[in-house]
Amino acid sequence: MKITGAQALMKCLKEQNVNCIFGFPGGAVIDIYDELLKDQDITHVLVRHEQAAIHAADAYARVNGDVGVALVTSGPGATNTVTGIASAYLDSIPLVVFTGQVPTGLIGNDAFQEVDIVGITRPCTKHNYLVKDVKDLVPTIREAFHIARTGRPGPVLIDLPKDVAVGKINFPEMKPVKMRTYRPTYEPHPGQIEKACKAIIKAKKPVLYVGGGVIASKSSEELTELAHNLNIPVTMTLMGLGGFPGTDPLSMGMLGMHGTYFANMAVADCDMLIAVGARFDDRVTGKLSDFAPHAKIIHIDIDPSSISKNVQVDIPIVADCKYALAAMNNWFKTTSSIDMAKESATHEPWLNQIKDWKAKHPLGYVEETDIIKPQFVVQKLHELTNGDAIISTEVGQNQMWAAQFYHFNKPNNFLTSGGLGVMGYGLPAAIGAQMAAPDRTVIDVAGDGSIQMNIQELATAQQYHCPVKVAILNNNYLGMVRQWQELFYNKQYSATVLDVEPDFVKLAEAYGAVGLRATKPDEVEPVIKEALATDNTVIMDFVIKREEGVYPMVPAGKATTEMLLV
Amino acid sequence: MRRHTLSVLLQNKPGVLSRVTGLFSGRGFNIESLSVAPTIEKEVSCLTLVTTGDEAIVEQITKQLHKLIDVIKVTDMSEHEYVEREMALIRVKAESSTRAEVLRTIDIFRGKVVDVCPKSYSIEVTGSVSKVQAIIDILRPIGIQEIVRTGAVAMTRGHK
Ligand SMILES: Cc1ncc(C[n+]2csc(CCOP(=O)(O)OP(=O)(O)O)c2C)c(N)n1
Ligand SMILES: [Mg+2]
Repeated sequence: MKITGAQALMKCLKEQNVNCIFGFPGGAVIDIYDELLKDQDITHVLVRHEQAAIHAADAYARVNGDVGVALVTSGPGATNTVTGIASAYLDSIPLVVFTGQVPTGLIGNDAFQEVDIVGITRPCTKHNYLVKDVKDLVPTIREAFHIARTGRPGPVLIDLPKDVAVGKINFPEMKPVKMRTYRPTYEPHPGQIEKACKAIIKAKKPVLYVGGGVIASKSSEELTELAHNLNIPVTMTLMGLGGFPGTDPLSMGMLGMHGTYFANMAVADCDMLIAVGARFDDRVTGKLSDFAPHAKIIHIDIDPSSISKNVQVDIPIVADCKYALAAMNNWFKTTSSIDMAKESATHEPWLNQIKDWKAKHPLGYVEETDIIKPQFVVQKLHELTNGDAIISTEVGQNQMWAAQFYHFNKPNNFLTSGGLGVMGYGLPAAIGAQMAAPDRTVIDVAGDGSIQMNIQELATAQQYHCPVKVAILNNNYLGMVRQWQELFYNKQYSATVLDVEPDFVKLAEAYGAVGLRATKPDEVEPVIKEALATDNTVIMDFVIKREEGVYPMVPAGKATTEMLLV
Repeated sequence: MRRHTLSVLLQNKPGVLSRVTGLFSGRGFNIESLSVAPTIEKEVSCLTLVTTGDEAIVEQITKQLHKLIDVIKVTDMSEHEYVEREMALIRVKAESSTRAEVLRTIDIFRGKVVDVCPKSYSIEVTGSVSKVQAIIDILRPIGIQEIVRTGAVAMTRGHK
């Protein structure tokens, strides 16, 4: 029996175990929406802006551990997704995004709501497709999911002309996707593993530098085993937080621009840097010539183009982090000449050195009694959720305080737009996370500026009964930009003062959510407790010290040892 | 900084060329010349691209090309023995006083006259990129009216 393209799309989604998608309708996808309505197995979350559909799918993908899916219409629906797609691309998040398109006969005519979305998203997708014939639809969707979730994951876009959704086909049988040109390398080269392990044994001052690849490859356990067996201190990038337990004695927290003093000092002084699923981003390295200048560098990454891109690497290992770390653990265990207890002991002087750095400049802030400090809010959130919540963030100071002070112990408890830094990510991401994990506590640590970029999603949260909590660290500023102006532009606060802002408590109430406000430190705990006890979307408006800064801070272009401290 | 000739096998699909050129413009790599045409397999095209850069840049270019889903194979010809050819069509002024000199030059370079007009010859010349450049340099003082070059194409040498 022949079925329509739209029906085939539904079948494909089920084949791929998709049961929740995020989207927004329009003329070009109306046939698909018609099918969706008849379908009992797939929940469609109607967002209020297409950008939010992508961020929500992004967070859903992270929490669910598989591909996130979004569906939008042609033209403006498609262009509204671009920011979200670019963010997912830079953070290597697996997505399949379906965009409607004008009928094939009209393509190229400047038809109503026609844009070349495949052209527009070419540089910010892992791959993309325009399906011109309904016969190609099913193989294309299968290939898209395969590409999105394998290798270095990423977003894939499929542009669907309206006539493809109504065209008829026989549904082809599912076969494993085989591609001539795309075969990611998972297994490490054994010779490289041995070389790396031998080099690690020689090192006196090793550091593990861990990025989002550890989370994408689900290899926290293997990483933790390696660090514990050999007593190697660990530092994480923004995307790597939670890849190694943040409260573990070997954790040095985050490195880079707003990294800890001790992590940055350790990287600058180490003789061996083991980069795992990280990409030597400029926010991590600072001035390149001064980054880990004394270290031999091992780099494990599934994407060969990440290796030796910014920093020349001594021992490259192209592989999935999970396989590579497991192979290293195995090498240390099975090589008879290695006494791991002895090896661990040789790192004691190095760990003591790090302890000294930590004692000299721990991560901290100046506590005050009459005004709320944002770091205090994050600490309280951590305490009152037992460090177990899913935290999404907006972008700016709020994001960095969340990263620094909520010590993430598990992967995917921290959802942030790392590579692109999209203000407006946090609320839709919280909704996506809540859809994937209905029983978890989900909190968006927000700024007063960013939250307004996708505030309309409060309606989505309400509609789908997502009891997400939004903690606005309200400084009445575009705080991070203001901080740069304070430090490097003579305190000329050009366009960073938010003179007019909504009353966030009333705003929450207008959407049917709950609004709470704290203006004094002793109100913080009761507000958080009340929010956590409320089975509804809650906005907590924390009126914080306005000109608080994020420290440590490495000024752009400086060496990471040149930190401005609290 | 060195000149590199890259030979890239691609799936012959719509938009593939723009993926390649977009990669170069987006990442600030330069393209000196580029030529693309089908191979013996009809689903596969071969793109020959000449670029300059230090080793690290060319390594990045190669890796980034590999990362494109539609790219089958990338060969940096500089790592192999290979032959490289370019063709140029050149219309050069040919008045009674210079005609003989033009013909002599073409002859030396084993070019061909492919069109004759009262005041000009159009000639075809094939050879290495430097040979094509050489004839252009020699004809220039006589008066070149127009040049169209194909850009280099390259092939590794067969096994001995
Ligand atoms: C969409 C977008 N526009 C602009 C920026 C630049 N930017 C980075 S942080 C920031 C300030 C954010 O203000 P707010 O949300 O109040 O957070 P705060 O830094 O005050 O905590 C801006 C404007 C951005 N990251 N994203
Ligand atoms: Mg702010």
